[in-house]
Amino acid sequence: MSGQASPAAQEKRAIPGTIVFDGDAAQDGYALNAMCYSFNSEPNRKAFVADEEGYMDRFNLTEAQRQAVRNRDVLGMLAAGGNVYYLAKLAGILGLNVQDLGALQTGMTLEDFKAALLSHAMTETHVADRLGEAA
Amino acid sequence: MSQICGGIFTSHVPGIGNAIAKGLQQDPYWKPFFDGFAPVHKFLAEEKPDVAVVFYNDHGLNFFLDKMPTFAIGAAPEYKHEDEGWGIAFERPYPGHPDLSWHIIEQVVASEFDPVTCQSMLVDHAVAVPFELCWPGSDAFPVKLVPIAINTVQHPLPSPKRCHELGKAVGRAIESWGGEEKVVVFGTGGLSHQLEGERAGHINTDYDKFCLSNLAPDPEALLQHDTLDIVELAGSQGVEILNWIAARGALGGKVRELASNYHVPISNTAAATVLLENSEKVLA
Repeated sequence: MSGQASPAAQEKRAIPGTIVFDGDAAQDGYALNAMCYSFNSEPNRKAFVADEEGYMDRFNLTEAQRQAVRNRDVLGMLAAGGNVYYLAKLAGILGLNVQDLGALQTGMTLEDFKAALLSHAMTETHVADRLGEAA
Repeated sequence: MSQICGGIFTSHVPGIGNAIAKGLQQDPYWKPFFDGFAPVHKFLAEEKPDVAVVFYNDHGLNFFLDKMPTFAIGAAPEYKHEDEGWGIAFERPYPGHPDLSWHIIEQVVASEFDPVTCQSMLVDHAVAVPFELCWPGSDAFPVKLVPIAINTVQHPLPSPKRCHELGKAVGRAIESWGGEEKVVVFGTGGLSHQLEGERAGHINTDYDKFCLSNLAPDPEALLQHDTLDIVELAGSQGVEILNWIAARGALGGKVRELASNYHVPISNTAAATVLLENSEKVLA
């Protein structure tokens, strides 16, 4: 795949559990992300639902991208260069919100993923005198 | 007198737009977040700014990976939000201010920045949600918009230092504008969150509190981390703090915090709303 053997690529900083969407990923993922970008349009979303394989043909997805889409395999889509800002549009078609995506990617149940978010729960509010009576 | 009356910093989670569309502001899940806007509403009613200069990132409504500007400045007579893939399109248009946009473009280029200029552009939820939060209801928006998009999508992203310098240049441009308009600056997005990968759901309240406590008195403290440091600390979407860093740079006067609300979680995000006052520096 593009660029992965280059010296610069070998020096990339690794961040655990995190894909840094850089030029290599942007090249690898272009077709998949272009397809997802098209889903801003409702007629395109309907066309995808009506014929997923035909729609993926139109955007020349790679075999790895097609397989990940067929399997609803979010980590596979990311590995094939998908960017979450565009994948979110596909997720919407599939009826998945970002908690569903989080559960799918971390291997947690949806309930456990939501509980993990809530483990950070807090509300801290400060209001200065000038605007105090508004709060 | 400063032309910039203050800064509004807020998360822009799409789910907030969904909650607004469904009228869930008083729902127990959402209320602690929406309540954070009461001081902002009071401030806007008192100050009545004429223009909003908004630092934000586009998530794939106006810009795609075919052409991805590091910095882009809108110079359109009007902007619109459209369907981003989940069927919500906010109807109220955003009137533009092309003359001020071009003044800002001229001045930031004179300050050695090289922005893309856009005479036609859509604005996504990163502008639409903060506007709906600040001016709820159905009346026409009382401010004109100058949108400034920062690439937080495709690395390499601009450095925090560069974003802060851009904000300073925009602030100088606004202060040198010959008109009478009062301006409020926005920084949208954040705080810590990560949507993708095995670390999806990452939230870092320590880093968020560091940002919140330093934003007004010592914004340069936020420049000690580079973009990948911030990705590691705040999550791959937490790097949207770059928009806050730029907006804070535009506040060149005496700055003090008027209100701050930090509420975790909203969707997968540690949400925050901060209101800063910017007033003329008094020289001794």
